[in-house]
Amino acid sequence: MAAQETTIFSRPVALRETVTHYCPGCTHGVIHRLVAEALDDLGLRQRTVGVAPVGCSVLAYNYFNCDFLEAPHGRAPALATGYKRSRPEMIVFTYQGDGDLASIGMSEIVHAANRGEKFTTIFVNNAIYGMTGGQMAPTTLSGQVTTTCPAGRDVAQTGYPIRVSELLSALVTPNYIERVAVHTPPHIIRAKRAIRKAFEYQVAGRCFSMVEVVSTCPTNWGMTPTDATKWLEDSMLKFYPLGCYSTPDREVD
Amino acid sequence: MPRVTIDKNHCKGCELCVQACPQKILSMSKDITVRGYFYARMHDPSRCIGCRICAVVCPDVAIAVDTHGTQFVLFDY
Amino acid sequence: MKGNEAIAEAAIRAGAHSYFCYPITPQTEVAEYMSKRMPEAGGVFLQAESEVAVGNMLFGAASTGKRVFTSSSSPGISLMQEAISYMAGAQLPCVILNVMRGGPGLGGILPAQSDYLQATKGGGHGDYRVLVVAPSSVQEAVDLTMLCFHLADKYRNPVMIIADGMIGQMMEPVEFPEKYEEPPLPPKDWAATGAKGRDPLIVKSLYLDPYSLEDNSVILHRKYQQMIKEEPRFELYKVKPGNRILIVSYGTMARICQTVIDELEAEGISVGLFRPITVFPYPEEALRKEALKKNIESILTVEMSMGQMLEDVQRVIARAKPIRFFGRTGGIVPTPDEVKDQIKNMIRSESAGKKRRKKG
Repeated sequence: MAAQETTIFSRPVALRETVTHYCPGCTHGVIHRLVAEALDDLGLRQRTVGVAPVGCSVLAYNYFNCDFLEAPHGRAPALATGYKRSRPEMIVFTYQGDGDLASIGMSEIVHAANRGEKFTTIFVNNAIYGMTGGQMAPTTLSGQVTTTCPAGRDVAQTGYPIRVSELLSALVTPNYIERVAVHTPPHIIRAKRAIRKAFEYQVAGRCFSMVEVVSTCPTNWGMTPTDATKWLEDSMLKFYPLGCYSTPDREVD
Repeated sequence: MPRVTIDKNHCKGCELCVQACPQKILSMSKDITVRGYFYARMHDPSRCIGCRICAVVCPDVAIAVDTHGTQFVLFDY
Repeated sequence: MKGNEAIAEAAIRAGAHSYFCYPITPQTEVAEYMSKRMPEAGGVFLQAESEVAVGNMLFGAASTGKRVFTSSSSPGISLMQEAISYMAGAQLPCVILNVMRGGPGLGGILPAQSDYLQATKGGGHGDYRVLVVAPSSVQEAVDLTMLCFHLADKYRNPVMIIADGMIGQMMEPVEFPEKYEEPPLPPKDWAATGAKGRDPLIVKSLYLDPYSLEDNSVILHRKYQQMIKEEPRFELYKVKPGNRILIVSYGTMARICQTVIDELEAEGISVGLFRPITVFPYPEEALRKEALKKNIESILTVEMSMGQMLEDVQRVIARAKPIRFFGRTGGIVPTPDEVKDQIKNMIRSESAGKKRRKKG
């Protein structure tokens, strides 16, 4: 008697079959999948609205199997606020990159987090501006070469990179903030857990949740995808330590 | 007995699965897909342990894994 | 009721569910009124961190299919232009109140009518228009606000109410209808309410394929053509065959012109007023009809600006009749005497011109 076949890994329902436009080895693909898996695991797909940013993931709405809004650059947290306040029963998430969240959208994310808006933000930190061809981001490391700092980022001129997880976890309003990475399988598994936890907080209506995902950009870093995972480990994690920075249960002064 | 299927339509030849496979049984083909990428394939399926690491690491969800009979689960996913 | 508060109440009665705001003089009373009244009405009140955020919250909230409203003043409206462009491109309805103040820049806090061009000709980028109405009394502001929510849903487009600072601040008796009634509207199947039992829906304005983008702009354009056909509104005041001059004015300025007309009538000078109520779509045909009447010697446009609606009047009437302009800005409200003097000058020079032409 032939043994029954069991699927032990397949595409989540919340992620469409569409072949993405992302570069080979771009971890956006992994992060999209992790979000879709969380939506599937928690049964949220049919009552979820995503908010797409401006950046490489501007077309995220073509890849997820749920309703989506397309925000102006940086404004996704404001759209999410307007949406979630008007329809609190829906699950809302924003998906944003360095420029979208930490540059033009810095005001929107800080205030949304400070008001404790009950949506989830997936923040993809790859220390560079991908879509526009590799310019410096607020998260670019000191000395890192990009097209707008070809001699390497000079912190005397442009300041140091911004640690968004630390920044938002300094807010008094309770929130869930965790920084993860997706460059190795164990990290990806941990990232999946954090993303799922973030959505669980939203389902419980508890607080603002954000998962900062330290990611690769092989194309604009000028490396192969496999080398990019090594550069992430060696350089980025030194400045962006992984871990949980804030949970809503901590004591509020 | 695990079985790994790599969808050539989705594979972009990034080689992350090749790097991640603990059994070192994935490698890049010499042919290209319709999009012009070298694609990954399993050159020694008999040694696959069904760990799913290749699928976890793939940014394009090009890899599906199924199994039949006894399967050792190395990590929860 | 104070104008600002009456408009807020009108919005709620018209079904506004979500209101986002940022304080700015001279409309902060709208926000303060809403902060109490909106929760009572079971809606959403939120003071945002900036008008940039307000505009984008409107976008998000409008995507749910609920009616959304905001109020601001000139500098804040400038900040919302990005969001207005995006909402027009994504075909989202919303109602925006601009309680106009002096500009440009930080300007002043006193009333002005210097956002006409911003409201009617663009403000934001791209091929889109905003339906704009200009009330001239608190009652009219209430009636128009209620109408605007219907029009916003009808056209799936942002709609703006431009009220100068005086309408916001003045207190006048106001009547609200017993029940809010409006003609039937199609269901909001474009709203992103969750992909349950249907394919996912995307609310967006990005069309990377130029043909698709052109298609979108054509769709928008057709809506604006329909607006131009169906929505122009205007009012005439003492327009008679004996009129020598036609005044074109809107908002509170038009009311001052009504006083001017009454006082001149007592002095034996016959002048009429054409008051547009919608400034986009501008009631062009009606204005042309009135302006080209044989008895009208010249047109006087009166605004609290350096001459913005003037450009529409010039465009509509062209060289058919002489067009004069009188305006004060900076927050200064022209007095009836100033306008009267202007009219008397116009009549004098017209008479002098006639005499010269007769002699020659």
